[in-house]
Amino acid sequence: MTTVDLDTARTALSDACSDVTDATPADAVDGVPAALVARPGSTEETAAVLRAAAAAGLTVVPRGQGTKLTWGRPPESADVVLDLSRMNRVLDHAAGDLIVDTEAGALLSDVQRTAGSAGQRLALDEPVAGGTVGGMLATNASGPGRVAVGTARDLLIGVTVVRADGVVAKAGGRVVKNVAGYDLGKLVIGSFGTLVVVTRAVFRLHPVPAARRFVTVPFGTPEDASRLVQSVVHAQVVPAAVEVEWRVDGAGTVGVLLEGTPAGVEARTTTTRRLLGAGTEAAEAAPPGWGVLPWTDEPGSTGLKLTCALSGLAPVLTAVRRAAEDAGVALTVRGSGGAGVLYAALGADAPVDAVADVVARTRAVCTEHGGALVVVDGPPAVKAAVDTWGPVPAIDLMRRVKEQFDPERRLAPGRFVGGI
Amino acid sequence: MSGTHGTETTAGPVLGDTPPEATSATGEAGDNAAGIAAVGRVARELMPETGVIADPTQLRTYECDGLAHYRVTPALVVLPETTEQLAAVVKACSEHGVPFVARGSGTGLSGGALPRADGVLLVTSRMRTIHEVRRADQRAIVEPGVINLDVTRAATPEGYYYAPDPSSQQICSIGGNLAENSGGAHCLKYGFTSNHVLGTELITPQGDVVQLGGLAPDSPGYDLLGTVVGSEGTLGIATTATVRLVRLPEEVRTLLVGFHTTDDAGAATSAIISAGVLPAAIEMMDALAIEAAEAAVHCNYPDGAGAVLVIELDGASAEVEHEYALVERFCQENGSFELRLAIDATERALIWRGRKSAFAAVGRISPDYIVQDGVIPRTALPEVLRAIAELSESSGVRVANVFHAGDGNLHPLVLFDDAKPGAGEAAEKVSGAILDLCITHGGAITGEHGVGVDKAAYMPKMFTDDDLDTMQLVRCAFDPGNISNPGKIFPTPRLCGEVPGKRKHAHPLVEAGLADAF
Ligand SMILES: Cc1cc2nc3c(=O)[nH]c(=O)nc-3n(C[C@H](O)[C@H](O)[C@H](O)COP(=O)(O)OP(=O)(O)OC[C@H]3O[C@@H](n4cnc5c(N)ncnc54)[C@H](O)[C@@H]3O)c2cc1C
Ligand SMILES: Cc1cc2nc3c(=O)[nH]c(=O)nc-3n(C[C@H](O)[C@H](O)[C@H](O)COP(=O)(O)OP(=O)(O)OC[C@H]3O[C@@H](n4cnc5c(N)ncnc54)[C@H](O)[C@@H]3O)c2cc1C
Repeated sequence: MTTVDLDTARTALSDACSDVTDATPADAVDGVPAALVARPGSTEETAAVLRAAAAAGLTVVPRGQGTKLTWGRPPESADVVLDLSRMNRVLDHAAGDLIVDTEAGALLSDVQRTAGSAGQRLALDEPVAGGTVGGMLATNASGPGRVAVGTARDLLIGVTVVRADGVVAKAGGRVVKNVAGYDLGKLVIGSFGTLVVVTRAVFRLHPVPAARRFVTVPFGTPEDASRLVQSVVHAQVVPAAVEVEWRVDGAGTVGVLLEGTPAGVEARTTTTRRLLGAGTEAAEAAPPGWGVLPWTDEPGSTGLKLTCALSGLAPVLTAVRRAAEDAGVALTVRGSGGAGVLYAALGADAPVDAVADVVARTRAVCTEHGGALVVVDGPPAVKAAVDTWGPVPAIDLMRRVKEQFDPERRLAPGRFVGGI
Repeated sequence: MSGTHGTETTAGPVLGDTPPEATSATGEAGDNAAGIAAVGRVARELMPETGVIADPTQLRTYECDGLAHYRVTPALVVLPETTEQLAAVVKACSEHGVPFVARGSGTGLSGGALPRADGVLLVTSRMRTIHEVRRADQRAIVEPGVINLDVTRAATPEGYYYAPDPSSQQICSIGGNLAENSGGAHCLKYGFTSNHVLGTELITPQGDVVQLGGLAPDSPGYDLLGTVVGSEGTLGIATTATVRLVRLPEEVRTLLVGFHTTDDAGAATSAIISAGVLPAAIEMMDALAIEAAEAAVHCNYPDGAGAVLVIELDGASAEVEHEYALVERFCQENGSFELRLAIDATERALIWRGRKSAFAAVGRISPDYIVQDGVIPRTALPEVLRAIAELSESSGVRVANVFHAGDGNLHPLVLFDDAKPGAGEAAEKVSGAILDLCITHGGAITGEHGVGVDKAAYMPKMFTDDDLDTMQLVRCAFDPGNISNPGKIFPTPRLCGEVPGKRKHAHPLVEAGLADAF
């Protein structure tokens, strides 16, 4: 507990929320023990919990399904875990308007099932199964499909949030086109629970394509990978995804997803195969590991997110491989080469110093090519020793935003960039 | 709007006492005189003589944007050529508490670039360099004054274009687009400015230069870029934009389809979208709008049409072929009586000319008009269009409808003759009632023209005090002194309290000596 004793805190929260329990060791947030778990059933109850927490001086960490609570830095303190799993309803699917309105604790898979009943989808991949809408927004999840439809920021059209002081606010709305007022949704995406608690979100949907085809081709060197990616993105085949996979043994594959009508996909597959040249294969099913974050295959490994301008693909691939080899660390890379976003896993047995070295060297090259490197997940020893978020431009402005929204640093303190 | 407080109404409708916030939005001429003189000195030191305007006659050239019935003469106009000059002037404004307003090409339709009588207008028309077209990265980096269409012109030789295409694209600036999160006909498929601006160099209201986003996606930290886009110049001034370039499609098919009624055209639109077809654009014009376009540009739309749809399909040829067949069928099933496919670029341009000239064309059939901008869920189209027709009939005010049917963004043109007493007020009333219809149908009070001064008073109809207060927390973080385009968007400014920047105590990680690592 930061300032008050458990009994006082429990009483304060129980008046605000019908479902408050003492936390168990399993409720610890990335190694930081929690004292209480509150499970509000509505936006109003969430607001009451936050008001009570504010009055009692308690820190709060929002939680969806808790599948990715180790991402980001561990919070400095987590008196209350604000668990949104009871707020799991998909509220409205307006098929004719291609939108879905959902509570933040809803499972992404439930949202997809609802949308799917009308031949529609929320065009976000779910490589880590079991996550919630709120967790997906807070961590800015994205998968291969970002090449065509973008990420959460391109799909979220309305949001309801609760501030650290318990005030409920909404921005955007239920229509895809709307420029009235500031777009607070953008600010919430990727904020790792440090700014507000999301309780409700409205998304635009896309039709599920009638046909899809995965075209893959092996590559040898980073330059080959880059050339293949460039040949596809500059062609007119409109790829839905352009993935690059570089396995631990150095074997590489470029994968292109084509989506559309059966005849259209057929024709575009032919063109794409011609572009990619010898050794190309086409299949209706996704190749193994498609869109799966590489570090989820190996518990205890370190997960990195590497970004760069498209032209930086070869230098970044080269840099991360060379750094890993020099440090004697096993490396797997998988990600949206066609969008300048790569995920890398560094082997679980890698010494902390070696990981730190790979991070520093690769980060320099990402930065040189307009991007960044973030240590998304990793063992506590690694996260304690490396600069997980890296240098962040405009950090002063970000701090000022945090100070306006959460001046007392109540929400997930220390989890985010620059110690926010 | 009254003639005092440095404002005067010289054209357009007589607006009664609208907007009530006129004083706070426009400031008093003569206020801040010492500060403005100081800012002028800083500007003159850095810029050629022609870059600083203080002559009253010349100042009046800048008194309004595209919404010409709000007029305010700025105290000073500065036309910087570089980021450094602009930052120095903003810093001077900050030091002297002088409000400033950015202006691109001044085509805005909500009074966003309406100057302050007690402030400085910062015009980007001398910052028109396209720094880079980076084909390999599918990006361009441009200065804020660059004209929207010029980005496409620069990218076309590389096989690329800039997708957001407001009808004003031949004159509006990228900086203005960024500030308004502008849309265009092709936003149905390709998204709005916010989906295409991936980075910006911003001068904060304190005069600091920061880079938000850039060539790579997903910059770590809060998505401040996403918040700045669409903030109507209230969070600072953009001095570059890194924009996405989109590959030119293999094939484009533009169709003009005639219907007897807007109901039929609306039903066809719904059928197309429900079937999973996503055209690049679906635009609708009703009979009155068609009449105006014919008079202005002789676009030769189908005779006797109660409504036309302009539908554009683009992408890989094999997909377009299939979508075309579906679109043709849905139009016929919903009562279309004529379908024309443009066979070449000239025909395509002619079809689009009718649509893109529609606002101006209305001038042919009415001496004065209000361009409204509201959004409804697409499925509410038939109902709302009928309600607008009823409003028009009961009030005797004619309304022409031109709009982005695919995404439910209405642009009703409310026609009137200002020479007739009371006509302006009647038109204002109908225009306001249309916005109310949008709100009651779960829509928005603006889809692309912005709030500006024009709709600030409507914000409380869409948002609660808490919603507006929360948005203004962002404002307070960026602009605690409330000097960056003050009086726009929000009906009442929030007091920001303590000026940020002074942290109460060092962050624990800083104390722990890890500070440099972050
Ligand atoms: C770089 C990256 C890429 C990813 N790509 C994908 C992907 O493509 N697809 C995919 O499905 N998953 C992806 N993930 C994982 C995805 O983020 C998790 O599936 C999701 O976070 C799990 O949801 P959860 O409910 O378990 O969240 P939790 O693990 O409970 O919470 C995750 C974070 O979100 C915060 N949070 C949770 N709910 C809220 C709320 N309502 N309001 C405010 N903050 C909240 C928490 O405090 C915590 O910081 C990715 C993650 C990262 C970091
Ligand atoms: C005939 C006509 C048709 C139009 N069609 C469309 C359309 O189809 N879609 C659409 O969305 N809009 C349309 N508009 C509206 C208008 O063209 C857009 O809003 C456009 O983006 C404004 O650009 P501008 O350069 O003229 O900006 P201005 O009018 O000069 O300024 C607009 C706003 O941007 C701010 N601003 C300007 N530059 C900067 C900068 N560098 N940094 C920060 N803030 C800045 C200003 O302060 C102001 O608030 C139309 C207008 C006309 C006259």
